[in-house]
Order: sequence, then structure tokens, then C-alpha cells
Amino acid sequence: MLARLRRAAAAARAPLRRAAPGSPGGVRLSHAAPRAAAGRPAEDGCAEEQEGCCRLYPGHIPTSPLQKALLAAGSALTALYDPYRHDMVAVLGETTGCLVLPSLRDKMKHDPEGYRILQERPRIRLSTLDVNRLRGLPDGTLGREYIRFLEDNKVSPDTRMPAKFVDDEELAYVIQRYREVHDLMHTLLGMPTNMLGEVVVKWFEAIQTGLPMCVLGAAFGPVRLSARKLRVLATELLPWAIQSGRNANCILNIYYEQRWEQTVESLREEIGIFPPPAVRV
Amino acid sequence: MAAGLCPCWALLGGRRGALRALVRPARGLAAAKETHFGFQTVSEEEKGEKVYQVFENVAKKYDLMNDSMSLGIHRLWKDILMHKMNPSPGTLLLDVAGGTGDIAFRFINYVRSIRERQLQRKLKHHQNLSWQEIADSYQEEAVKPLGDSQVVVCDINKEMLKVGRQKAQHLGYSEGLSWVVGNAEELPFDDNKFDVYTIAFGIRNVTHIDLALQEAYRVLKPGGRFLCLEFSQVNNPLLSRLYDLYSFQIIPVLGEIIAGDWKSYQYLVESIRRFPPQEEFKAMIEDAGFLKVDYQNLTSGIVAIHSGFKL
Repeated sequence: MLARLRRAAAAARAPLRRAAPGSPGGVRLSHAAPRAAAGRPAEDGCAEEQEGCCRLYPGHIPTSPLQKALLAAGSALTALYDPYRHDMVAVLGETTGCLVLPSLRDKMKHDPEGYRILQERPRIRLSTLDVNRLRGLPDGTLGREYIRFLEDNKVSPDTRMPAKFVDDEELAYVIQRYREVHDLMHTLLGMPTNMLGEVVVKWFEAIQTGLPMCVLGAAFGPVRLSARKLRVLATELLPWAIQSGRNANCILNIYYEQRWEQTVESLREEIGIFPPPAVRV
Repeated sequence: MAAGLCPCWALLGGRRGALRALVRPARGLAAAKETHFGFQTVSEEEKGEKVYQVFENVAKKYDLMNDSMSLGIHRLWKDILMHKMNPSPGTLLLDVAGGTGDIAFRFINYVRSIRERQLQRKLKHHQNLSWQEIADSYQEEAVKPLGDSQVVVCDINKEMLKVGRQKAQHLGYSEGLSWVVGNAEELPFDDNKFDVYTIAFGIRNVTHIDLALQEAYRVLKPGGRFLCLEFSQVNNPLLSRLYDLYSFQIIPVLGEIIAGDWKSYQYLVESIRRFPPQEEFKAMIEDAGFLKVDYQNLTSGIVAIHSGFKL
């Protein structure tokens, strides 16, 4: 209902918007954010007008196709050169994902749990997680293992970059959800955040989502691995990751926030992920 | 539609946006006075804070970004500024908004080489020098390599000054250099103190340019020179379109890739468009009391050096 209202507002404003050419973002209106309709003189409203293409969600930066291409190329090279530039990996995902994200979103829409996620738009953040409660859960449950993963690898869900260059509000949420679920993937697959673990998770995600960024990461990530790790990857981890990826249901269709008490094993079985091989990663 | 094709318009949208921003503020002008922050309209207090944040964010990668955005040409521009200034040893320079020290270091190099040449010439003109006299002249050069020249680098942003001080240490500049935190609109210096006042790529970020010009007039000695190196209006229409395309399409992308910060570089290119053109800025400088005001376009007006004297 709300989406329909927004679309109507956008359509009403579309002729005016189209009359102003020459903006970096071009003219594109699928869903207009409510704040644009309010026309506040705050920076969001003004910037939105001058861009010619409105800010569809907080943090949205409208970009032209040329800019997207340059961003994709530049971020790919930078991420390869310095894998610790996580922001570049994120930008690569956003700028190359435009063809794949709609089909991912449709996969979510056609699944009841996925549809609920799209409606309710849960976000995984330290402020929304009850960390103490999760830590108190028994070992082997998703919540406990997730917290253990965060603490062992010294990562936090809050360091995930918000989506910036996706020109559709719902797809921006889809990619945001994918990013936030990535840590849970590590937990479910039992992979740490070192280079080898990341490559394995990327392979799994590449098969699951088809996002070009995952495919590129999967293809080029191994370049930085030592020979021994490459062997382990090729002989044990990859076959398992590929089989699991093909067998498993869409990982974005699980409402993880409602399954903290479920054990990791049972969740793996439910999704279709095979038990990880017994190698040290 | 995410997968739609966005036509890539030429970047005159920037100017269009500027006009719209000028027309719009009728509703917001009740209490706070409003000004521009790039193509946005903000209150005057907000602008100062936002500019501070921009430079706090970009400080560490400032020099790298300058080289990438201008393909190294900014070094030539600054060299030309120094040649125009042609300082002699003993000059007291105030470099405002001089954060990372580019102008200050060039000044020191310039004055040092002039000084060396002076001493060499002095040596040549003296015939039949005793060894003692030759040793004394080397001593003089060692003790006063800059010949009492000094440069004060003043910047409102502590992060930029920090980067500048680190650079100075790294490059070995120590003498004749001081670093002061200060606001160009209200300089922490007495009247009639400096021989030369420079502001390179800084004045367009000042909220009240007229106040900065008045302060420049105040702190300069009579006979002192005002020099401003700043982005300006391109006079060639073809180059102007290419420049716009480059500024709005490429520079924010470079900012995102190199510095991880799109918005600061978007602000930078927008602020260039908001700055008054050469003649208008010349008139502003004259209004502050400077005489013999003139400007020199560099690279077809991408950059201009404005000069004026306090007479």
C-alpha cells in the first residue's frame, strides 16, 4: 500500500523531474522515498533536486552508467590489490549486481519466509541483537555460534557498509541483507575470516546468489593463497562448497533472527548444506 | 527499475542545480542566514562545520587525491604561483588554508635557492679571499640558510595541519616554518605583520569570502602582496564541457575508490562551480582595499591566480 502511494507520488513528479536534464544521475524513478515528497530544505531534499534523480534511501548516491562502470573497474582493481578494502568489495557488488539483484529479490518474494523478510526488513546490528541473551544460549545453537564467530574473528555486524549505488530501494535492501547474512554464512559453513575461509564462502555465495562480485571474488581470491592452501581448497573445500551451494535453498530466505535457538546442524540440514570437511582452515 | 538504462546526460546539470538552489531559499530564510555548500543550501554555521568535516575526512589522502585528480598538474600551478611571488630572502609569508604545506615547502625551497645563489655571487665578487673569510661565508650560509625568511602556515583544520607537520618532518623541513590553527575570517595575528599573504585552493571553502579578504588586508604590511590561487571559470566552451564531464563523472568516482569518500569530492567539485568568476572575484578583492588587482588564468581558466597589493 505504502509502496503504491510512493509510486504514485513519484509518477506525479516525474514530468517535472524529466524537464531538468543534465544531471549526473539521469532520470530514474521507480520508488520515491517519502522524504523527497516532503521537500524539506534540509540537505537531503536539496541534493535530491539537483541530482535530478531522487535519493531513494538514506545514503543513496545516484550514479550514471559511466560512473558505475568506472566504479566497478576501479573497485575490482583496488580490491584485488588490497583485499582489506572491504568498502571496495562492497562497491563492486553494488555496481555489478544490477542484473542479478532483481532475480534474487524475486526468489525472496516467491518464498513465504523470504517474502516476510522483504516486508519486515530486519537488520542485523549490534544495537538490535541481544548479545548477552545469545551468548547465554547453549553451545551449538545458531545464536551462540554466531556470537562466538564474531568474538573469535573480532568482527562486528556494524562495520558492514550501507548500500550506496543501487538505484532501487528494495534491491538496496536485498544486497544489504546479503551483506549482513554473510557473517552467518561463515558461521553455518564453519569458515574463519582468513583468506582461505573467505574464498570458500565466496564460492558458496557465488553459486547461491550468482552475484558477479561473488563470482569474481571466488575466481580471483585464490590468487593470493599459498600452494598448500590452494591444494586444500581444491581437493577438499571447493567440492564441498560447490555441492552444498547447489543443494541448498536460497540462503536469503531464512529468517535468521527468529532461529537463534535452532542448532547449527539442524539449520544446515534444513537449508541443505552438507557437513563441512574436517580440515583446518 | 534497477536494471534500467540511465541516459548519461552531459554535466550541465551542475549549473542547473546551482540556479535552482539560488531560487529556492525563499522559504527557509526566516532565522538563520543561508549559504551554499556545493549545490546544497545550508545555514552559515552549518557550512563551517560541514567544510571542517570534509577536510577532516580527506586530510590523509589529500595529496594523493590532488595528484590523481589533476594528474599532477596542481604541482605546476603551485610552482607558477611561487615564481609569480618571487620572494626574496627575509620575506615573511602567511599561507592561509595551507594545511598540508605545499606552498610553504615551495617557499622554503625557493628562498633557500635564492639565498644560495646570493652567497655564491657574493663569493665570486670578492677577489683574494682569505681562507678565514671563505669559512665565514659558509658559516653564514649554514646559520641562515633561509636568510631570515619565515612562513606561517595557518589552517582552521587540525587534521590538515597534522598531515602537514608530518610531511614537514618526513621531508626534513624544520627551520622558518610555523603551524598555527586559525580561521581565515578572523586571523590570530596583529595588523601589518606579513609581507605576503597566500591562499591556495582554500578561499572557496570560506563562508564569508569578504571577511577573509578584509583580514588579509589587515595583516599585510603596507606594500604587502595578496596572492590567491583558486579554481575559476574556464573560458573555452569546449574545454568547459570536458572539464564539467571530468569533474562530475570522474572525480567523485576517484574519491570513492582512492579515499573511500564520494561525498567530500562531490562537494569539492560543486564548490568550484559556486565560486565567483575571475572578474567578480577581482572586484571583491578591490572592495577589500587592495590596489593593482590583477589575475592570470592558468590552463584556460581552470585555475586563476589573483594578485593585489596593500598600498
